[in-house]
Amino acid sequence: MRGISFTLGKERLGIVGESGSGKSMTGRAALRLIRPPGMIEADRLEMHGEDILHAPEKRMRQLRGGRVSMIMQDPKFSLNPVMTVGQQMVEALHAHGKYSRNEARQRALAMLDEVAIRDPERVYGLYPHEVSGGMGQRIMIAMMLLPNPEILIADEPTSALDVSVQLQVLDIMDKLVRERGMGLIFISHDLNLVAKFCDRIVIMYAGRIVETCAAGELKNAKHPYTVGLLNSVPDLENPRERLEVLKRDPAWIETPSVSARV
Amino acid sequence: MTAIAIEDLNVWFGSPGHRSYAVKDVSFKVEDGESFGLVGESGSGKSTILRAMAGLVPTWSGRMIVAGETLGKTRSKSFYRKVQMVFQDPYASLHPRHTVDQVLSEAMRLHGVENVDQRIVNLLNDVGLGTGFRFRYPHQMSGGQRQRVAIARALAPEPSILLLDEPTSALDVSVQAEILNLLVDLRAEHRLTYLMVSHDLGVVGHLCGRIAVMQEGRFVETLGVNEMRKLQAKADYTKHLLESSINSVR
Repeated sequence: MRGISFTLGKERLGIVGESGSGKSMTGRAALRLIRPPGMIEADRLEMHGEDILHAPEKRMRQLRGGRVSMIMQDPKFSLNPVMTVGQQMVEALHAHGKYSRNEARQRALAMLDEVAIRDPERVYGLYPHEVSGGMGQRIMIAMMLLPNPEILIADEPTSALDVSVQLQVLDIMDKLVRERGMGLIFISHDLNLVAKFCDRIVIMYAGRIVETCAAGELKNAKHPYTVGLLNSVPDLENPRERLEVLKRDPAWIETPSVSARV
Repeated sequence: MTAIAIEDLNVWFGSPGHRSYAVKDVSFKVEDGESFGLVGESGSGKSTILRAMAGLVPTWSGRMIVAGETLGKTRSKSFYRKVQMVFQDPYASLHPRHTVDQVLSEAMRLHGVENVDQRIVNLLNDVGLGTGFRFRYPHQMSGGQRQRVAIARALAPEPSILLLDEPTSALDVSVQAEILNLLVDLRAEHRLTYLMVSHDLGVVGHLCGRIAVMQEGRFVETLGVNEMRKLQAKADYTKHLLESSINSVR
């Protein structure tokens, strides 16, 4: 990533780009989750006015998962395979507050119910390998929302899911984010999905923000990279003889980032 | 001529008494030069059909006639030459310690293709890589380039039927467009028959003329691409699938 600036309010911000464009790194950097030899440099990295760039590691651990949560792409790899769903949800809760055992259990069950899991009592006692991908991802969402975070970073939360389940998971996430007035950073490679789901879109290429626009304005996007991405998707209703192939311009890498601050 | 004829195909896994059927009573025909698509959710059995045809799943019953050969427990050598498969993940389907040259020449040597040296050059040009890639290892290439190599490997024995198992789902949309264009060109050039599996209706709609929708191991519906584009599906499940993929795009 190089020279990226953006702000997030109580809104849904979409970050789109190809693999290797730095979109996931952006989400991770916001939580200082970059491993060496990676380094983070910034003029300012703040959350509610609190300096994150220089906060001690102990404070960061409180923030991660507590005030800012992250949902990863594949529930298969982000749930602990040897703990039941309930155990790990309660663990997440205990890490960020004091709850009695019963209270924690009740909150976990209520949260499972909120993500439209029909029989929370049963799912609470299941192991991750006993649930489907869509259900696993909903459990992840439930677990991440349990400590009541203010910001949710979702890194390709639906890419591992089937189309029909995808919409369902997105709807649930959308509803919860709206109801709780959270800020959402939605990272995805799917431009159309992001356009439909987010308020504001940031388009990244080679570690830079090449364009930013309101979701409704995506059709009028000007940057050749954005236009190229839009046109390369095969469209069921409006078929084309040949799909447009992206012609990469080396100048895109040279151009400095566009600011996505409001 | 019919390239692929499948009748009452059942495929199962597990031991006797605990059989779970992945494919149930599936029948379909694909004509020579046609491009046929299988869509459905994960676990609907679409890939299993391809794997059973390729001989990767031994537990099946029914009748399969592919490339003029009635398939039994064993297949002739010429079958493997005529039918080739491209897998989903280009990162997993190439040998990490073999160069492109080794991968392609091994495939050709196995099938007794002559003039290997010249053919490798032609193949690499066919898939749009050029000879500069001939002595590279998989880790020196991007996902799209690897998938091109995997396609070149499948084309090496000069097959007439390609089995495509989600060939673009591990790739970015921009790279996906390149690979789809390549597949369209290759089909026209080499008069290939495609049997393609995908969960992406847009991709299947772009490449295939006829599409079968699968759910829980059965064919729900078979429809032409034009009917699909006009959203004229009869079965409820197909409608639901079409709706959700149209919705996710808009």
